[in-house]
Amino acid sequence: MREPRARLGAHVALIAASLVMVTPFAWQIVTSLKTLSGATRVPPSLLPEGRWENYGRMFELLPFGHQFLNTVLMAAGRTVGQVLLSSMAAYAFARLRFPGRGLLFGVFLSVLMVPPQLFVIPQYEIMLSLGWLNTLQALIVPGLFSAFGVFLLRQFFLGLPRELEEAARLDGAGPLRIYWSIMLPLARPGLVALSVLVLLWSWNDLLWPLVVNTDPERMTLSAGLASLQGQFRTDYPVLMAGSLVASLPVIAVFVFLQRQFIQGIAHTGIKG
Amino acid sequence: MTLTTRSGDARAERGAPPDRKPRHPGGRGRGRVAEALWGYAFIAPTGIGLAVFHLWPVLQTAYFSLTEWGYFGGHTWTGLDNYARLLADPEVGRALVNTLGYTALGLAGIPLAIVFAALLNQRGLRGAGVYRTLFFLPVVTMPVAVAMAWRWLYNGDYGLINHGLSLVGVDGPHWVADPATALYALAAVGIWSGLGYNLIIFLAGMQAIPREYYEAAEIDGAGRITQFFRVTLPLLSPTAFFVSIISVIGSLQLFDLVYVMAGSGPAARANPAFPRLQTVVQLFYDRAFVTNDRGYAAAIVVMLLLLITAMTAVQFRLQRRWVHYA
Repeated sequence: MREPRARLGAHVALIAASLVMVTPFAWQIVTSLKTLSGATRVPPSLLPEGRWENYGRMFELLPFGHQFLNTVLMAAGRTVGQVLLSSMAAYAFARLRFPGRGLLFGVFLSVLMVPPQLFVIPQYEIMLSLGWLNTLQALIVPGLFSAFGVFLLRQFFLGLPRELEEAARLDGAGPLRIYWSIMLPLARPGLVALSVLVLLWSWNDLLWPLVVNTDPERMTLSAGLASLQGQFRTDYPVLMAGSLVASLPVIAVFVFLQRQFIQGIAHTGIKG
Repeated sequence: MTLTTRSGDARAERGAPPDRKPRHPGGRGRGRVAEALWGYAFIAPTGIGLAVFHLWPVLQTAYFSLTEWGYFGGHTWTGLDNYARLLADPEVGRALVNTLGYTALGLAGIPLAIVFAALLNQRGLRGAGVYRTLFFLPVVTMPVAVAMAWRWLYNGDYGLINHGLSLVGVDGPHWVADPATALYALAAVGIWSGLGYNLIIFLAGMQAIPREYYEAAEIDGAGRITQFFRVTLPLLSPTAFFVSIISVIGSLQLFDLVYVMAGSGPAARANPAFPRLQTVVQLFYDRAFVTNDRGYAAAIVVMLLLLITAMTAVQFRLQRRWVHYA
C-alpha cells in the first residue's frame, strides 16, 4: 500500500507550506501585542505581552477612524456604482441590438490592455481642475467605470436563458424593466463575484489614493499606513496593530464569501 | 488590473446570441430604433466615463511625454527630449534591470504553484479546503500590511528570520537594506503573496482535465509521477501560459511592496539597497508626484506600456514551443 504514504508526504509538504503562509500573520499578531522594547529585544520572544492598548494607540499615530471611514465609503461607493453601471452596459452589449455594438465593445476591451498607470497623471489633472483633491469623490468617481466589469458581466448575461426575456417582451416589458426585474436577479452570482473583486481592489488600492488625497484625514488606510514608513522612528507594534485592523475587513469578507472570491478569480483570471 | 482572455472564454463567446433579430410585438422598425436607443442609453454612463477617465488620458499621457512641465504650471513642447533623457538616465536603467529581475524571479512561483495545486488536487484529500484558504489568505490581505509584516520579519537586528538563522549558526543579512539581497527578498514576498492566486487558477485547470486520461494512463501502468509529467503537465500548459502572461504583466507593474519596503523621495535614498529596489512604477510615482517632473514621468509610463506589450508579444511567440492545446 503506497497510497497512504503518498498522502502522508503530501500532508507534510502542505503543512510546511501552510506554516510559511501563516507565519507573517501570526508574527504580526504577536508583535502587535508587545511593547516597543519587547518587540526589539534580542533574541526575540515568541510570546505576546498582552499590550492591547497598542490597538488604541494607532488612533494617536494616525487619524485611524477617519481613514477607516474613508476606506469603507470608497470601497462601498465604487462597488455599488461600478456593479450597477457595468451591469447596464453589459446587458446592452449582451442582449440589445444597435448599430456599432461590436465596434464599441472592441473600444471598451482596448481599455483593458492599457496598464492603469497611464491614466494616473491625466486623472490627477482632472481632479485638480475640478477642485476634488482631498475629497471622497476623488477616491470614488474614477473607479466607477470599468471595462473589466462590463466584460465579466457580459459573459454572465450571455449565458442566461432567453425564454424568460422573450416572455416578458411579449407581455410588453421594455428593456429597462427586463434589465431590472429579470436580468439582474438572474445574474446574481455574476454580480456577487464582481462585487467581491471590486471591494478587494478598492480596499487594498494604494497608488491612486496616495496621489489624490494627501491630507491625513482624507487618506485611505493603505495610504495612511504607507505614509508612516518614511518616519524616522516607527513604533512597530502599533504599526502591526494598525495593519491587522486595516486588513481584517477584507479577510472577514473573504472567509464568508470564499466561493465567490475564488470563482471570480478562477473564471476571469484577474488580479488587482 | 490586467486581463487576458482564457481559452475558456472562447466557449462562452460561442454562446453569444445569434445575430437573429428578436421578435417585437409592435411595429418592427420602431421597435428596432427604440432598442438601439435603449442600448446607447445603457452603455452611455460607462462609455462616457471610460472615454473621460481612460481613453482620453492615454492620449494625454502620450502627449505629456513630449513636453516639459514648469513648477508653476504650464508645459512646453520638447519633442523627444524626455525619451533621450530616459535612455541616458542611470536611474531608469537601474529601475528597468530591477523590474525585469523581479519579473524573472517571480516566474519561479509558477512551478511552485503547480506542485501545490497537484498536491491539493488529489481526490479525497483531507483538509484541502483549509489548505486552500491558508494559501489564499495573502492574496486578499492589503499589500501595504503584507509589506509591513515582511519588513519586520526581514529586520536585520530584531527580525524573526535572522533569529531563526542564528539558531543554526548563520548570521543573516539586513535583507531589504542590503543591496546584495534586497531584490531577492522582495521577489520572495511577491511569490509568497501570489502563490494562492496562481494555485487557484491551476486547480481550475487541473479539474478541467478529463478523468479518462488518467484512467487510460493507469491501465498503461503509469504511476503517479509519470501521470503528472505525461498527462497533467502537458494538458496544463495553456493554463501555465496564461498564468505566466498575467504574472509578467503584474510584476512589471510592481509598486505597493516597493513603496512600503523602500519608500520614495529623499528619505528613501538613505537605504543603501534603494538602487536595487526601485522599480519602473515606483520611479514613475516619484517623478510624477514627488519631484513634479510630470512630462518625464509620462515618458516613463509610455516606456512601461511598450515594455509590457513587447514582453507579452515575446511570450505569445514562444508559446508555440511549449504550449500544447488538446
